[in-house]
Amino acid sequence: MTTTGLLLLAILALGFLITFQIAKASEYVSVLKGEKKSFEQNNRINGFLMVVFLVLGLIGVYLCNEALYPKTLLTHPSASDHGVNIDTMLWITIIITGIVFFITQILLFWFAYKYQYSEKRKAFYYPHNNKLEVLWTTIPAIALCTLVGFGLYYWFKITGEAPPNSMQVEITGRQFGWIYRYPGKDNTFGKKYFRMINEADGNILGLLWKDTTINTPNGETHLTADPLGFDDIVETSAMYLIKDQPVKLIINSRDVIHDVGLPHFRMKMDAVPGTPTTMWFTPKYTTEEMKKITNNPNFEYEIACDQMCGNGHYSMKGLIKVVTRDEFILWRAKQQAAYKPAEAPATAQPAAAAADTIKATGSAASKSDLTAKK
Amino acid sequence: MSNEAFHGHADVITTHEVHHDEHGVHHHKQSFVTKYIFSQDHKTIAKQFLITGMIWAIIGGLMSVLFRLQLGYPDQTFPWLEDILGNWARGGKITPENYYALVTMHGTILVFFVLTGGLSGTFANFLIPLQVGARDMASPMLNMLSYWFFFGGSIVMLSSLFIQTGPFSGGWTAYPPLSALGDASPGSKTGMDLWITAMSLFVVSSLLGGLNYISTVLNLRTKGMSMTRLPLTIWALFFTAVLGVLSFPVLLSGFILLLFDRHAGTSFYLSDIYVSATSQALPNEGGSAILFQHLFWFLGHPEVYIILLPAMGMASEILSVNSRKPIFGYMAMVGSLFAITILAFLVWAHHMFVTGLNPFLGSVFVLLTLLIAVPSAIKVFNWLTTIWKANIKFTPGMLFALGFVSLFISGGLTGIFLGNSTLDIDLHDTYFVIAHFHIVMGVSAFFGMFAGIYHWFPKMFGRYMNRTLAYIHFWVTLAGAYLIFWPMHYEGLAGMPRRYLDYSNWASFNQFGDLNKFISTVAIIVFSIQLLFVFNFFYSIWKGRKVTTLNPWGAATLEWTTPIRPGHGNWDGEIPEVHRWAYDYSKDGRDYIPQTEPVSPDESKH
Repeated sequence: MTTTGLLLLAILALGFLITFQIAKASEYVSVLKGEKKSFEQNNRINGFLMVVFLVLGLIGVYLCNEALYPKTLLTHPSASDHGVNIDTMLWITIIITGIVFFITQILLFWFAYKYQYSEKRKAFYYPHNNKLEVLWTTIPAIALCTLVGFGLYYWFKITGEAPPNSMQVEITGRQFGWIYRYPGKDNTFGKKYFRMINEADGNILGLLWKDTTINTPNGETHLTADPLGFDDIVETSAMYLIKDQPVKLIINSRDVIHDVGLPHFRMKMDAVPGTPTTMWFTPKYTTEEMKKITNNPNFEYEIACDQMCGNGHYSMKGLIKVVTRDEFILWRAKQQAAYKPAEAPATAQPAAAAADTIKATGSAASKSDLTAKK
Repeated sequence: MSNEAFHGHADVITTHEVHHDEHGVHHHKQSFVTKYIFSQDHKTIAKQFLITGMIWAIIGGLMSVLFRLQLGYPDQTFPWLEDILGNWARGGKITPENYYALVTMHGTILVFFVLTGGLSGTFANFLIPLQVGARDMASPMLNMLSYWFFFGGSIVMLSSLFIQTGPFSGGWTAYPPLSALGDASPGSKTGMDLWITAMSLFVVSSLLGGLNYISTVLNLRTKGMSMTRLPLTIWALFFTAVLGVLSFPVLLSGFILLLFDRHAGTSFYLSDIYVSATSQALPNEGGSAILFQHLFWFLGHPEVYIILLPAMGMASEILSVNSRKPIFGYMAMVGSLFAITILAFLVWAHHMFVTGLNPFLGSVFVLLTLLIAVPSAIKVFNWLTTIWKANIKFTPGMLFALGFVSLFISGGLTGIFLGNSTLDIDLHDTYFVIAHFHIVMGVSAFFGMFAGIYHWFPKMFGRYMNRTLAYIHFWVTLAGAYLIFWPMHYEGLAGMPRRYLDYSNWASFNQFGDLNKFISTVAIIVFSIQLLFVFNFFYSIWKGRKVTTLNPWGAATLEWTTPIRPGHGNWDGEIPEVHRWAYDYSKDGRDYIPQTEPVSPDESKH
């Protein structure tokens, strides 16, 4: 224990002791003063504090907004078209709930102050009023229908089919980072199978680069190489997207559940092992443009993992670079396919492999194949 | 109903009591063990739940202080942390394993062991027999077992903190595959087995308790206590028990499948997994990780209302008593509790909007989720009308009940954001969510619990808690709760994800360093004020001002017709008969009319 720690503890204990002594003394005082008088005094103090809390609270809400609003994402436009819709929805909701918030909180604390105990007042015996109850059933119902209406309109727009001209990028989460895959010149993703993942060979997604026979719990499985995947580009440094070009992300996970969180685009989708998910949007500004918009020369579109995925969760960062079409073509031309031809084909094939290969061929590989349609 | 049979039972106990009085001195049948440890008296069991819950709350709260230290001061070291946490804070810095273990345990403990076991366990046990007019629960034996299963679960959960690989650390929702694979996270090794064991014991406890609460409310009401004369506390506790009985078994089934996946090689939740740590592809294929989330949230969402309904019930009762006014719209209050109970089962997938759920299915859940705001709104407006034109006595219980309403409004409104799938895409798993659920079911349920403790403390222990300490407790906690959680909404609107150890490496989220310090500081202050409450509680049990009148708050309900310190069996003589509802305050110029008073012919009708 450090001395400051002890000192802090001592101060805390002393504070407790003093508070306690005061509290105990006040109990004796109330006995001396008479129960009724001390009750009335306490009641007045607490009633007064109700208004104080209301006023300070409202000022606090204002100050908090002044201090923190500039730090949110709402100060600059969303970087995707879906994000613009989400922001609109957010504002509609803020306005409706904001009105309710202020009215109800003010009434609550004001009533508490105004109707505090007084010997002269008689409480009003008012057990029910059907008209009022119908009123505050229907008004919230109508307000909520409005919110549901707007919400679902945008929801179906956002979760609907991606436009046919969408670019496709596959993003795969793993503990603790992201892998991006582009389909290459043929615009089609090659098949992959998770048992083919081999970090040492650089096949981090398990692409079917060569004919293989492997043992699975369901027996031997024969996998044929998929040439469509030979030109696939596998990247781990950043995902490049084109401004104003819709992009459809095909989201996978290699181990546990992750989540592709894109705060600037206002988008988010889980990466679930064994169950590919998708999400599409259209980036509106390049990274360079966003640097100007946000007034931050170091601005980057970050991908944040938004689903608890293990002890490195907080460091699972990805990067998106939104560029113009020309820049993108230039970048892509520089990329090399991940494919590495096998140097020594099938070194350790079991002898009995040939026998029952055919039956298992398709089932395993087709599960996780995600051939891009074009 | 079964009044005839029940009266027979009552008589037996009455003679038993009389017999005791005759031989006054030697209480030979009640040894220390049967009176305080393996007691079958619902009041003692309630106190056992309460005190165990308080110990858990201190542990769980302290955990939040520890991880808030990390969040507030990520670049500082605290050598004293190593003294208490050992290897988990080598060099005075909390390790990621420990951080995630603390976060996970904080959630599990507070949600289940404090706000379910501690809250329902305490007040359902204490209030149901007293307010419906019964000598004890329908089955005192099961009731006792309910506590001891809870205690067993507590011990197992506590012991998981001390094992070498640490307690479970994958978040209180325990999503597989993370929770299924020891190689993916050290907390998912033995820690997870203990977690599942503890939770299973907890589920058994809550089922035993819940069945008891339901049968007691349905069968053991005293003569004249029709369902529509029940105080709202009882209605709320009754619906809470129904929720628990119907949803906890689903959670248990989810846990059992998880246990199979962990140890029996099944693939319920697992598919296509390659573990980087061991460079191995797992044999599992064909499972669905999302299945667990459905099973979990089928309990998980009703769980929110299991936590909230008792607080609502107690707040309704306490607001009415201290306003000296009947609760406004009693039937609407019961109806909205019922609506909430039904809807609670139909909204679980709103936790799963971004899991790849079918968007159409998502839209159905949006509609049902936002629908739940209607009964909630009815309750808020009815509470407001209850204090309108009232004559309010600010007892500590009343203050916390008012605070409950304020927090319920604030937290409930942000639920309208998150229940809307469109906004959930943006806000899901950010600090906005943390702010929302901590206000609406964390702090507000705590306020309901505090209100209940202050209000029924005189009945529990025959003494009052210190008022001045209670006022300090209330104002600091209310202000502190808002100071901690209100600014978190802004962090959420900046997209800041929850469950991060450190934000300083993120260009998008590192602008909140000062705010995080501020929040951590307030959290520490609020936590120490809770210790003041705990001190007040235990001090007052033995040294508090004695209660000298039967009915210190002037309440109309039955529990105040018992002796100041009721024995086992609650009433010395016959169980009183009920003639009216529980809310005749300020009627016909009278301050209050107890439920036991027959309706006189010249009384006005309502």
